[in-house]
Amino acid sequence: MTLLTDDQKMLQDTAASFLAAEGGIAKQLRYWRDTGCTDGFGTALWKQFGELGLAGICIPESHGGLGLGATEAALVLEEIGRNVTPSPFLGTAVVAAEAIGDTAHADRWYPGILSGEAVLAIAVDEGPRHEPARTALKAKRQGNGFVLNGSKQFVVQGASADMIVTAARTSGSPGEAKGLTLFAVTRNAAGLDVENVTLVDSSKAARLTFDNVQLNADAVIGEVDAGWEPLSRALNAGRAGAAAELIGVASGASATTLDYLRQRKQFGKLIGEFQTLQHRAAHLYSEIEIARAAAFKAAQLLDSGDEHAELHGSVAKAKAADVASLAVRESVQMHGGIGMTDEHDIGLFMKREAVLGELFGDVYYHRNRVAVLSGY
Amino acid sequence: MSDLDAFRSNTRTWLEANCPPGMRKPLRSEADFCWGGRNWAFQSDAQRRWLEVMAERGWTVPDWPKDCGGGGLSPDEARVLKEEMERIGARPPLTSFGISMLGPALLKFGTEEQRRHYLPQIARGEIRWCQGYSEPGAGSDLAGLQTRAEDRGDHWLVNGQKVWTSYADKADWIFCLVRTSSESKQGGISFLLFDMQTPGVSTKPILLISGNSPFCETFFDDVKVPKAQIVGKVNEGWNVAKYLLGHEREMISGMGLGGGGSLGAATKPRDPLLRAEIAAFDVDAFAFQAMSERFAAIWKAGEAHPASPSMMKYAGTELNKRRNELAMAAGGNDALEWDSERSRGGKCARDWLRSKGNSIEGGTSEIQLNIVAKHILRLPGA
Repeated sequence: MTLLTDDQKMLQDTAASFLAAEGGIAKQLRYWRDTGCTDGFGTALWKQFGELGLAGICIPESHGGLGLGATEAALVLEEIGRNVTPSPFLGTAVVAAEAIGDTAHADRWYPGILSGEAVLAIAVDEGPRHEPARTALKAKRQGNGFVLNGSKQFVVQGASADMIVTAARTSGSPGEAKGLTLFAVTRNAAGLDVENVTLVDSSKAARLTFDNVQLNADAVIGEVDAGWEPLSRALNAGRAGAAAELIGVASGASATTLDYLRQRKQFGKLIGEFQTLQHRAAHLYSEIEIARAAAFKAAQLLDSGDEHAELHGSVAKAKAADVASLAVRESVQMHGGIGMTDEHDIGLFMKREAVLGELFGDVYYHRNRVAVLSGY
Repeated sequence: MSDLDAFRSNTRTWLEANCPPGMRKPLRSEADFCWGGRNWAFQSDAQRRWLEVMAERGWTVPDWPKDCGGGGLSPDEARVLKEEMERIGARPPLTSFGISMLGPALLKFGTEEQRRHYLPQIARGEIRWCQGYSEPGAGSDLAGLQTRAEDRGDHWLVNGQKVWTSYADKADWIFCLVRTSSESKQGGISFLLFDMQTPGVSTKPILLISGNSPFCETFFDDVKVPKAQIVGKVNEGWNVAKYLLGHEREMISGMGLGGGGSLGAATKPRDPLLRAEIAAFDVDAFAFQAMSERFAAIWKAGEAHPASPSMMKYAGTELNKRRNELAMAAGGNDALEWDSERSRGGKCARDWLRSKGNSIEGGTSEIQLNIVAKHILRLPGA
């Protein structure tokens, strides 16, 4: 394990000051929620990600990006989580950018990502749980192209996306990793119905219905029947990224709560003087530190192409979700009644954690994957 | 080739040539450790040779200065040596409280004379040390200790009792907290070093629930200690004690790694509910492993919060207790056997019972949480 380099620390500082200044709850999350924004995020902020170069962190230098990796993306995502900032960064600049890497689609979409104008989404889940190998959405060859039938759900920012990376089955049967193909589907494709759904945290995810959606052969991302490999790469990047964002959520909630323990008085004492709360706060601190180390290790292993990157990706996602859940539950409880009000920000951390915890596989999915990858 | 690459290549060659095959097997238990000391009976020629060749290079304590018996390696070189030893499964040549606890305290607080006298003996495994901290009336409230050292001009006269002194019956010397003033609680404590063969020192092993006796009661009855054998100033021993506790906690936190690897892979649980619990444990254990790696890097770089070993100790020992609980569950009734050969002398059950002490020794979990709340989180009144 290596510590952050000076360049990484600089990037962390840039992201931290940018998101604290521009990405705060009042300015972004509450503002877009209370004005009924159909995107669930601010397009102007996304352009600022582009102007600062942050949108191009994972895009190769040959395409005009920074050519960095999961570790640097994690540094930005931790700050996004800390501020509960709604943005397309994870879905577009990390996950979709990875899925289309080294294909003709990169030439088409990378410029828009770099400028913070394009929004991309990934459509994987077809039921209430994350089971990518069970993909059933059918893509049948027809003439020079394919016709798609089926449905997707939990497609983050799908209704705002210019293009949706869609996992479909071109052969084999649900449950098999083989026979999947990734397609680049534009949102306005004929036969594609997009229902924009508001989630518990005020973010938007789409339910998609594919009714004979016709695509040309050049919509294929990578090779036909070989979609599992780029899909896994994209999901692994997404898991490491979601883990980092969860660490940010946990840290933000915990910092807010520690402030409260230092201010709130009951029985003539600051409640932070009570040992029962001190011990719970200290336990939480310890868990957040451990989860951050796991998330950081997972990102580093992804970047170095380590053979254990899959295992540690699942460790990181499971641990981060577990700890972030503890953080938001403890935070709401320690705030008492005020924590139950919409006026106070602490509940927003709890809502965000619920969505991130589910994204790209929940705690149970990843614990199971750790068991399977460990041989039991 | 960088200097570090050259160091790695030379180290690899040297280890291949010098690490005896018998020392390339995993440690099965504490019984396989080489503790050293005046009365140490080497378990094999391989164990003796391994200690000798490593001590010769200063590699029993690779990052200590050369004039203190160390290897004088940089943090990066020490890491490479550790990696190369792990690569061939080499056992540590020497395990001792001198290395893990007293040494770092002497490096920081000892006089030049003390460093040159005591540290090389530790590095060569000649003197085995024990730790005189807890007393019957001073456990979690360690600073409440009552063992007295009176200034008798040319010597300290020590009277009192210690408890939970690890391997006091096997140790050559003790580093010991004593009260030299009753005017201040923490500010009346001094840190003494003395020979366990000094007249008036006696020990009595304590039988634990695990059936083993790694700890003793230690009694001091008019023990005369030369005046020079004090570390730091009179009445300023608490700072030395706290610094040393940081190292002790860091060492104990390593127990959370439990030898590393997946508990599920080792136990292959078939029951789906047990498998789920073990998978949850494995996630926590792998995550803690990442934390340990990160902590080691931060600690070596000198960037760690001084109270952070408390967090590591708390998390590591609670994890190790859970590992043992789940190992017992996975073992079923096999794990209940106490002395059969089949059960390697009841290893699973004894390890499980021994692990209960992890979150007590070196400061209880509750004390560690107090320290984190006070020194890291800066909560009021803590």
